[in-house]
Amino acid sequence: MTAETIIQSLASGLLMGLLYGLIAVGLALIFGLMDVVNFAHGEFLMAAMYATLGFATFALLDPLIAAPLVAFAMFGFGALAYLGVVRFAMRARTNVGMVQIFATFGLAIVMRGLAQLLLTPDYRSIPSSWLGGKTLAVAGIFLPEPQLAGALISVAAFAGLYLLIHHTDFGRALEATREDAGAVALVGIDKNRVFALGWGLGAALVGLAGAVMAIFFYIYPDVGASFALIAYVTVALGGFGSVFGAFAGGMIVGLVEATTALVLPPSLKSLGIYAVYLLVVFIRPRGLFGSL
Amino acid sequence: MDAASFASSRRRALLIAALLAVAAACLPLVVKDVYVLNILVLTLMYAALSQSWNILGGYCGQISLGHALYFGLGAYTTTLLFTKLGVVPWFGMVAGGAISATIALALGYPTFRLRGHYFAIATIVIAESAYLLFLNWDWAGAALGINVPVRADSWLLFQFRRSKLPFFYFALGLACVTWLVTWAFENSKWGYWWRAVKDNPEAAESLGVVVFHSKMAAAAVSAFFTAVGGAFYAQFVSYIDPESVMSFQFSLLMALPAVLGGIGTLWGPALGAAILIPLTELTRSYVGGGGKGIDLIVYGVLIMAIALARPEGLVGLFERRKRIETAR
Amino acid sequence: MSLLETRHITQHFGGVIANSDVSIAVEPGEIVGLIGPNGAGKSTLFNLVAGVFPPSQGEVIFDGEAVTALPATARCARGIARTFQVVKSFESMSVIDNVIVGGLVRTSGVRAARAKAYEVLEFTGLAHRAGVPANALIPSEKRRLEVARALATSPKLLLLDEVLTGLTPSEAERGVDLVREIRKTGVTVLMVEHVMEIVMPLVDRAIVLDLGRVIAQGKPSDVVRDDKVITAYLGERHRARGA
Repeated sequence: MTAETIIQSLASGLLMGLLYGLIAVGLALIFGLMDVVNFAHGEFLMAAMYATLGFATFALLDPLIAAPLVAFAMFGFGALAYLGVVRFAMRARTNVGMVQIFATFGLAIVMRGLAQLLLTPDYRSIPSSWLGGKTLAVAGIFLPEPQLAGALISVAAFAGLYLLIHHTDFGRALEATREDAGAVALVGIDKNRVFALGWGLGAALVGLAGAVMAIFFYIYPDVGASFALIAYVTVALGGFGSVFGAFAGGMIVGLVEATTALVLPPSLKSLGIYAVYLLVVFIRPRGLFGSL
Repeated sequence: MDAASFASSRRRALLIAALLAVAAACLPLVVKDVYVLNILVLTLMYAALSQSWNILGGYCGQISLGHALYFGLGAYTTTLLFTKLGVVPWFGMVAGGAISATIALALGYPTFRLRGHYFAIATIVIAESAYLLFLNWDWAGAALGINVPVRADSWLLFQFRRSKLPFFYFALGLACVTWLVTWAFENSKWGYWWRAVKDNPEAAESLGVVVFHSKMAAAAVSAFFTAVGGAFYAQFVSYIDPESVMSFQFSLLMALPAVLGGIGTLWGPALGAAILIPLTELTRSYVGGGGKGIDLIVYGVLIMAIALARPEGLVGLFERRKRIETAR
Repeated sequence: MSLLETRHITQHFGGVIANSDVSIAVEPGEIVGLIGPNGAGKSTLFNLVAGVFPPSQGEVIFDGEAVTALPATARCARGIARTFQVVKSFESMSVIDNVIVGGLVRTSGVRAARAKAYEVLEFTGLAHRAGVPANALIPSEKRRLEVARALATSPKLLLLDEVLTGLTPSEAERGVDLVREIRKTGVTVLMVEHVMEIVMPLVDRAIVLDLGRVIAQGKPSDVVRDDKVITAYLGERHRARGA
């Protein structure tokens, strides 16, 4: 194993990590807003990937071009998920945590079932795309272009999210509702509207990630499951409710995963992430940047 | 509600349980279809598993989504002891239970300081790690799993080829035992401490409850019986692999009946299992073939429906009348 | 020997000094009021006595024993019980079950704890609500439950955290009567309060905190006339009724 291989691994790991961060931030946003862990988050990713496939197949759009469209579609889907399902889950007076978990879990299973029914369990992929399979050589390191694009989109998305939260009225409404959902009605903020938009935003973000990942990952009904766990660990590692935590957590997860893959057989590469998570929460029970 | 009526409601629960157990024991007399019997065995097993999960998750409020760890440990301990060392599965069952309880206690140290979602994710991660390790552990069969050699029907070796009836009665017995354990704990100081810890750990501490010890006790009891269920399962299906006994899906499946039936209640897990398992199995056989996914849709809709319409669980349907009586 | 003593208690949170060199004593059988303007450090001192966290400096002596290093659970076992300002009932449990949790500290099992719980519920006037789930109680009943639960631990010292605040006049009067009855059973009471008109006629002695320090202690009628106390409340000129 040469220094070059290590650097190569770490570089791809970092890129993947930024993508993980993008997947995770939607989850962090929703949780920070309303204390709900979306157990269907992986399935949102799956839906986004299929949507991208759809755009590529029927509209002959390259995934990168389709990405904003997918994000837009996922935005609507996320808002609908809130209005149609989650809103009712939050009305529970007892066991609110469990109700949310299982209501969204039920949604996840239904989505998976629908995917199997309507799209078959076959593994699919996007046959040709602008960046698919290409690598960029930078100082002797070969960076896969789809992942690179994904990382750039992720950074852009985080920057955009930062601006949205800190410099727009909607962002302020989001923060206010997050702090005291009961009180915001007093200042004319419709809590339900903010929640629906929050879910939409969270889904849109994972939609962007899904569009990019469709370039280089197989698309099938259960694809969400494996990434979902990484997303949860990322959010928990960074600290629930912290957008920056999702960003940092993603990079850490990506790097740890890449490092683990260097020393352990590929099927065990997640062990590193799990160990790091347990170590971090042992020292900081609320994650790295969590306040909730 | 005064002391006398409370004691009588306890006796009533015991009586109802006894009657249900007897009724269940008589089922094989009328039900001869092997397929249906199979579903009944699984239902009873899940009732027992979910009842065990409920002790930690429902009563003590520590939602574990990694209980497949203990189930798998029970299954693997029994099977490995049997196939490698010829140890009788009954001993393996107890050993599996003891090992699981010990590991639950050991894991309690780092994890019980975590709250809510952080704890749940820690349980998932730990179980997944064990799953991955077993998947790569050649001595324990790795991904191919282990076959339990079944030679002849034997109670000693706890294996039956011709009729699955003994398994049915064992599963019934396990379901009864876990119910009884829950019933006993409900009226013990542990039961009170667990519920206090669930509702408000800070207040519990101010009343002299050592929160950490309470959680540990609940975890150990819960892990023990879950492992026994795993040991049973290994003998029942004669084949285990990480996918079937240690996966995340399985962890959720153990928690689900309790949540649907009524988390933290005495009857919830059994009620939830009685509805969920037959429904899942039936939809899977009638509709699920061919990877159509319809069984998943039905399953998912059912979970959402109950979670949204009856968050306190189906037990709530039976309890409403009682609540009005006592709130005088 | 005093039942409770704090010696030179200083507590800081980061840069904020919440309690500074606080030395107080509570004698057995007293009802002592801990008062002071907002931010005076009453709740912090309260939590330090209850054992929620250890003090940055200083000691807490209870019944002749140094309990500074003991957590809340151990202090409860030794006879310190408390209520919470923001009521922390066990919402999913019934009233009687809430109190049983308290009773388990000092009794040999659930049966004995239940008997004790019924006694305490009678004493606090909640017996008729024994089977009701705690989340169905009205606020003043929840307060009462907090007290009942704490009493079930058979404490020597009862710490009441703003138990009378925000009650209607008639509820407050009943609350005052309850505190008097509690003292009659031999329990010493240390209460943090805001509502002067209610507290001053009730307590034997008042300790006044301001900005983390003890600025006055003594009989209510004396304390209320103390210049430092009046200044601390910044122009809030108060004369205790009947003084």
